[in-house]
Amino acid sequence: MNTFVKPRTQREARAARGRYGRVQQIVDELDDRLGIAKGGRTFLDKIFPDHWSFMLGEIALYSFIILVATGIFLTLYFVPSQTVVVYHGVYKPLDGMRVSEAYASSIDLSFAVRAGLLMRQMHHWAADIFVGAIVVHMARIFFTGAFRKPRELNWTIGVLLLILAIFNGFLGYSLPDDLISGTGIRIAYSILLSIPFVGSYLAVWLFGGNFPGHIIIERFYILHVLILPIIIAALIGAHLTLLVRQKHTQFPGKGRTEHNVVGSPMYPTFMAKTTGFLLMVTGVIAVMGGLFQINPIWQFGPYQADKISYAVQPDMYMGWLDGALRIMPSWEWVGFGHTLPWEVFLPAVIFPGLIFNLCLVWPAFERLFTKDQSIHQLLDRPRDRPKRTAAGAAMLALIFMVFCASSTDVLANFFHLSLNAVLWFFRIAVVVVPIIAGWVTWRICLEMQHGGTAIGRRKRAMVISRTAEGEYVGVTAEQRPGDEGEELEPLPVPRQIEVEPPARLGAAGEPVGASTGVDGGNGAGVRRVPR
Amino acid sequence: MSEIEEAPRGDGGAPVAVDHDAEHRSAVPMPVARFDDPHLGDAARHPRRTEVIIALFLIVGIAGVAAFGGAFVENASTQVLAVSFGVGLFGLGFGLTAWGKYLMPRGPFEEARHELRNSDSDRQAMAAALVERTGVVVKRRRVLGGLLGTGFGIFGVVAAFPLLRSLGPVPGKTLFVTDWRKGSLLVDVNGRPVHKDDLQPGGLLTVFPNGFENTDNGQAVDQTVLIRLQSSGNIVTMRGRENWGPDGFVAYSKVCTHLGCPVGLYERQLELLVCPCHQSMFKVRDGAVPTFGPAPRPLPQLPLTIDPDGYLRAQAGYNQPVGPGFWERTTPAWENTSPR
Repeated sequence: MNTFVKPRTQREARAARGRYGRVQQIVDELDDRLGIAKGGRTFLDKIFPDHWSFMLGEIALYSFIILVATGIFLTLYFVPSQTVVVYHGVYKPLDGMRVSEAYASSIDLSFAVRAGLLMRQMHHWAADIFVGAIVVHMARIFFTGAFRKPRELNWTIGVLLLILAIFNGFLGYSLPDDLISGTGIRIAYSILLSIPFVGSYLAVWLFGGNFPGHIIIERFYILHVLILPIIIAALIGAHLTLLVRQKHTQFPGKGRTEHNVVGSPMYPTFMAKTTGFLLMVTGVIAVMGGLFQINPIWQFGPYQADKISYAVQPDMYMGWLDGALRIMPSWEWVGFGHTLPWEVFLPAVIFPGLIFNLCLVWPAFERLFTKDQSIHQLLDRPRDRPKRTAAGAAMLALIFMVFCASSTDVLANFFHLSLNAVLWFFRIAVVVVPIIAGWVTWRICLEMQHGGTAIGRRKRAMVISRTAEGEYVGVTAEQRPGDEGEELEPLPVPRQIEVEPPARLGAAGEPVGASTGVDGGNGAGVRRVPR
Repeated sequence: MSEIEEAPRGDGGAPVAVDHDAEHRSAVPMPVARFDDPHLGDAARHPRRTEVIIALFLIVGIAGVAAFGGAFVENASTQVLAVSFGVGLFGLGFGLTAWGKYLMPRGPFEEARHELRNSDSDRQAMAAALVERTGVVVKRRRVLGGLLGTGFGIFGVVAAFPLLRSLGPVPGKTLFVTDWRKGSLLVDVNGRPVHKDDLQPGGLLTVFPNGFENTDNGQAVDQTVLIRLQSSGNIVTMRGRENWGPDGFVAYSKVCTHLGCPVGLYERQLELLVCPCHQSMFKVRDGAVPTFGPAPRPLPQLPLTIDPDGYLRAQAGYNQPVGPGFWERTTPAWENTSPR
């Protein structure tokens, strides 16, 4: 507690504030009320591993921020209504057409609002990047075993985020009420119908009557802009809270153990890098949003229930379900006064349900085999867990093949093949390709395990030579001079930043001894560790 | 994990958790990026050059965002807005990231990882509090507990019911019926009646029952594709449909039996209706049985007649629900062909 004594001079006032001046004052005042000094210091010192693959989740996080920002912009102009109006807006080719208010406002916010089209297309691209980044981030977590104890809960949250992101993406591109999105809504309605026992109730209740009804855009809208974003934001908050509480995993390497985290500190290094990265992601999405056309709803035209366009494909994150629907044979069970449309229910409900549930239970599933109850902070190299890596590769191959199957008609046209041949190719490929991918991955993992154990070291060249008998032998080459990989011994995060004398900066090209200002503090300095 | 290199440290070589006391860390200066940091290479060996490059990126960034401001005021094209905005933010971001990566302290630094688990006695204390207090509060008041549980249970059901039920009507017969009736006049999407001379042989038109525009879902549910086949005369697509296709005309529901997309493509040579969504194909001359793709059932056929003035009318409505399958759907595939 500071007893306040009125300072008489400037000098006294400065002295009263202490060595760190006004910042100290602010910290003191905050600490009096919130008690943040100790935790705040720890937070500033929080260590982030430097490996590039840890940035994939950041892409997802930042595209979500962009989604929220551009989405707020769009809500200012979008009218979520299926009321039919005669269009007299800025886009003349549609003049006089009967369109919904949702469609008309989507067109007008694209063309009449400044930067409107940029914001709309950024929003759409950011959604695709959001889902894509989640998947790639998830693959990193999976292949390195970062989901193991104690992080199973965070894995679960991540899978839920993926599901919600896909759902919200679908809801979002359904809103403009253009021909493609209306077709997507129609298909979603039919998928709901296919669910046994309750399907017709779910579909009719969600749509407030038989398709299309009057209310679905409004309902999708409130789900898309309020309910799902709040859940997603809350889950992201939980995801990051758990990350801070449990600290990052890290790859094995020099000085890295199960009991520490090695990398760059939160402040200033990571904060600078990640803020810069946020700006870069935003910049890239902005350029994409302006230069790469996406979802040109004025070309598709308004949704009319009896209209359809050719070569209809959904967005990337729904494409795999569309592909599954395409290659499914027409199996429908009829009997006992009921109908069970397997041709829809299996690929559109059971299949994604199985995939997502497999993701959710994977940590427990793997533990059934490994019986591993210990806590892991160091990551696996994928090659060291060949079965897991093979399973992951097979899963990705399956999803990729099903995704490709969503363009059977386009492929058949492009390559002048019969649609039947393309269809049967994919029916076989979705079974065969994952098996091959898994087996090949497994073999590669086993082969790579023989490639030495230099974790965290710079790779050395491999010289392959043939003996007189014709045998090929690989020998690891000597380290080239000047290329000796070396890492510094990690040291605790210190307080002040050392200022290097400018004279030393001039010595370009000449390594300067690492002794600058490292003194005191238990002798914990930077040590050069030749490898 | 036999390959982990344990860093030699401390006295014994065993990994020692780093002591995180403030006085310990405060004494050491944090080095800015150093020349000999093996991660940095060229950039740190030439810090001036690095600074200049970063400054250039930041200047590009400043120019970009300023240009975006100007472009916005000038109401420039989307492309100009995007490039100025994107290049501006990317320049600033790249400069800041490079600044962080090459010129800021990056250690590597180390943070101790404290175990999350608490001591066994703490764990036991929590379990004890849960179990023993529950024992006092609940187990001795089983009746109260039961009543409360029943209340919550009933409320759960009751609360869920209006939440769901208020969303819309029960399906009832809505999925079974269309607006086609005996004698419905076939009209096009603008409500104009369809005369038999409107379609040449080989022609196709999407039709609706007259008055469909006054219904809620008519355009979606009633949409029907009217085809005039090349051969004139009565078209019999199936047994039991002997007089459904007068003068070369046949009509099928346009709602795909797979997922409800409009069956919008017509292959005139092969007389196939094709759904562009998932490529189901229906053979027009044979009662629209699916010959390819995932559709499980033929498109329902609308029995037609031509009235004395030459206008096309429906003899009756569809004899089965149109569109995709659902649990309550009863009509077996294509056995019941008698008009409703």
